Amino acid sequence: MSVAGEQVERTPAPYATPDDLREALVDGGVIHLTAVDGVHHRSWAWERVLRGVEGHVMGKRVATHATQRWFPPIMPREEFLKTDYVRSFPDLVGSIDVFTGGDKEHRALLEVLEQGGDWTAHLTPAEVVLPSSVCHPLYGTLAQDVPAEGVDEECSGWSFRHEPSLDPARMQIFRIYEFVRIGTPEQSLAHRDDWLQRGLAALTELGLPVRSEAANDPFFGRVGRMLAANQLESALKYEMCVDLTEVRPTAIGSSNYHEDHFGHTFGLHLADGTPAHSACIGFGLDRITLALFAVHGTDLDAWPEEVRSALAL
Amino acid sequence: MTQSVTDTIRGLLAEHARLGVDVSSLSDTDDLYGAGMTSHASVTVMLACEDEWDLEFPQQMLKKSTFASIANIRDALSELGVDGASVASA
Repeated sequence: MSVAGEQVERTPAPYATPDDLREALVDGGVIHLTAVDGVHHRSWAWERVLRGVEGHVMGKRVATHATQRWFPPIMPREEFLKTDYVRSFPDLVGSIDVFTGGDKEHRALLEVLEQGGDWTAHLTPAEVVLPSSVCHPLYGTLAQDVPAEGVDEECSGWSFRHEPSLDPARMQIFRIYEFVRIGTPEQSLAHRDDWLQRGLAALTELGLPVRSEAANDPFFGRVGRMLAANQLESALKYEMCVDLTEVRPTAIGSSNYHEDHFGHTFGLHLADGTPAHSACIGFGLDRITLALFAVHGTDLDAWPEEVRSALAL
Repeated sequence: MTQSVTDTIRGLLAEHARLGVDVSSLSDTDDLYGAGMTSHASVTVMLACEDEWDLEFPQQMLKKSTFASIANIRDALSELGVDGASVASA
């Protein structure tokens, strides 16, 4: 990818630290903090921008026949397990527990609760979990025979990752819009690379000084270190990054080649019987929204006219 | 001895590498990634080697190139003192 690693002059970050950015957003009424780090309430200004970003990104769609789906923020547990996320990122997983007992079990739960004990020990895992990535609920619902021309899908939804932080970019739950293709290795790689360029252009139109960087996911533990090194060395993942603070770049989207990982685990196969490959590009809707407020300020009326126009504000 | 370590590696690859071709059609130096082994599959191969020879690959070996060919895997095992993995002992 020619854009990765190029030495270009960087636009200075608008804020020195994530703390400065968070304080500006709170002072500007753009977000409201809660008792838990990484969980904040969004204002209507935030939501207007986010919906504008989603519309802007959707406007770049090329495969106009692709099905579009908006997922709820929960997904079937069995399908989640097939993604292997528990194997690769156990520290980020969010599983949902529910109460299934009767009066007797309820009394026992309340007793523990009143004593300040662990009442959740009286719950049982539900048939649903929180999706860790937006395309995860997709694969289990697709026809397993992948046609020669490949399959294009678009999906939008919530993604949960348990990594509490005061950095406003590190939200525990956030929305992503994804363009997914399942097909041959060539079809998947072309999707990833074409969309990376298209994605960078789409974000540049919003006045964001974005660049691409080869990246790796935060795989867990010893095996994870090898997966991360492989991912980086094989250039499977590119992030679309922008400097919002001087501390670290913020990824506001990513372009990923999964090889046959999901084809293998979900039984999606090509005509010759081999597992299908796949690729996705994810636009981090909440992260892009954050970046827009960081770069253009907390007063929507003062944003550049071309940006307001692109977001239909 | 070298032959048996190589055979065992080939057996582990047949079981875990999810190659697009028959392992027997590959030479010891053929690129396993080129033959269809994915990143996730290479990790499974790595863990299978650790189980087979009761060892742990040190962090500096946990990279793509270590598992790129049968010869590379054999070299890594040799470095970790696996009997019969050294080419010199062939």
